[in-house]
Amino acid sequence: MRNNLIVSASPHLHKNESVSKIMWMVVISLIPAGIAGVFIFGVSALWVIALGVISAVATEVILQALTKRKISILDGSAVITGILLAYNLPPHVPFWIPVIGSIFSIAIGKQIFGGLGQNIFNPALVGRVFLMASWPKYMTTFTQPLNYDAITSATPLAAIREGKILEHISYLDLFLGKRGGCIGEVCILALLLGALFLFSRGYISWHIPVTYIATVAAFTFIFSPQGFFKGDWLFHVLSGGLILGAFFMATDYVTSPLTYKGQVIFGFGCGIITAVIRLWGGYPEGVSYAILMMNAAAPIIDRFTRSQVYGRK
Amino acid sequence: MRKLFQEFLKGIIKENPTFILVLGLCPTLAVSVSLTNGIGMGIAATFVLLGSNMIIAMIKNIVPDRIRIPCFIVVIATFVTTVEMAMKAYSPALDRALGIYVPLIVVNCMVLGRAEAYARKNSVLNSLFDGLGMGAGFTLALMLISGIREILGSGKIFGLSIAKGFEPVFVLGMPSGALLVIGLLLGFFNILKNRKSKI
Repeated sequence: MRNNLIVSASPHLHKNESVSKIMWMVVISLIPAGIAGVFIFGVSALWVIALGVISAVATEVILQALTKRKISILDGSAVITGILLAYNLPPHVPFWIPVIGSIFSIAIGKQIFGGLGQNIFNPALVGRVFLMASWPKYMTTFTQPLNYDAITSATPLAAIREGKILEHISYLDLFLGKRGGCIGEVCILALLLGALFLFSRGYISWHIPVTYIATVAAFTFIFSPQGFFKGDWLFHVLSGGLILGAFFMATDYVTSPLTYKGQVIFGFGCGIITAVIRLWGGYPEGVSYAILMMNAAAPIIDRFTRSQVYGRK
Repeated sequence: MRKLFQEFLKGIIKENPTFILVLGLCPTLAVSVSLTNGIGMGIAATFVLLGSNMIIAMIKNIVPDRIRIPCFIVVIATFVTTVEMAMKAYSPALDRALGIYVPLIVVNCMVLGRAEAYARKNSVLNSLFDGLGMGAGFTLALMLISGIREILGSGKIFGLSIAKGFEPVFVLGMPSGALLVIGLLLGFFNILKNRKSKI
């Protein structure tokens, strides 16, 4: 009942949408990237995704039952968290990594704040950062693409960081996902398909993803190790988790600003932090940290970009 | 006697300095990496609390109200210096592990808080038991936090490995882990408190 009572400023329009419908649409839009990930890294990627989703949903049920609240797994938000967390993991992690990550995501990242709509941070990223800080050995062991024997290899960003030159990876390889990396982030084509679906239905707006990606591109082009205005910006856009983060995690309704102006600021901030971490930071990749930091800033962005009431000067 | 015992007991649960009063979190966050450090810090703070509470209860009628805080600080600093010197002399390893946090007991709000809130208004004997109870509560809280952090964060207890196949949760050994553990424990104690007050 509480969720059906919405108080908002006029004008009021009726739209045949609900939170759970949007959530399930996001789940559908994430499926192509998952199929691509399983195809590229083999069946162990499927196990990671399945374990992530099952433990996320189970944690949600258990916690809501324990605190005697309405069990709301059918709204699909826990499923999204599980999928996104698994997409942010290397394909051959031990089975307990996605399980612990999902439990942490849902319990600490979401339910402790009061459940869906109350969390400050994107739950999937909270889980990923926790795993990254706790078991960096497993979280940074990536395997070769299209080779099901689990031979380890570095991600393109990590290789660049160590000063190696990547000759055997073309932009097309990066676009199709023929590279080492996390399950859901490698195949840009599949991610864009999903994002296009969300755009066409109007579930996400262009403001956050476009400003985010453009800022990273501009920043890595201007400040490159080879000198000013010489950076390989296309490489930076296509590698790492930028596309997955920009379209599916930075656009999370709960943890991003409400107004378009705020969303542009949000995307710009994410882009700057991502590029700074990639170019000068301690980690090869910074998408998750960038989005989490801007999540923390979202309330204050909202405060300063409050929209004017119509007719008021 | 019964009342004195209650003064002692309230520091452990009902007015636990860490979980209920939320005082002295700075050393709690910083030194609770291992059980040895936690117990060492707890004992040092207990000694200071005990001594300062007693002396302040004795001098409470002589000290002018306006300059009482500097006077209390001098008393506290005396005991902290004693503890620090004793620790340097008899347990240099612990002194190195705790580092700056031993001298920092001087500005620990728990010690000054008890002086302000309790010793200034109560008798010497009561203050003594209050200091003892607060110190015990602080030590137990530190043991709980540092025990969780040491066992889960490094797979050890008192520096000895416990299980072979266990993969330690590295983050719990880091400062962010201290915030996580303390936050969760605070929430847990708040649930207990609320449940009690409802009945």
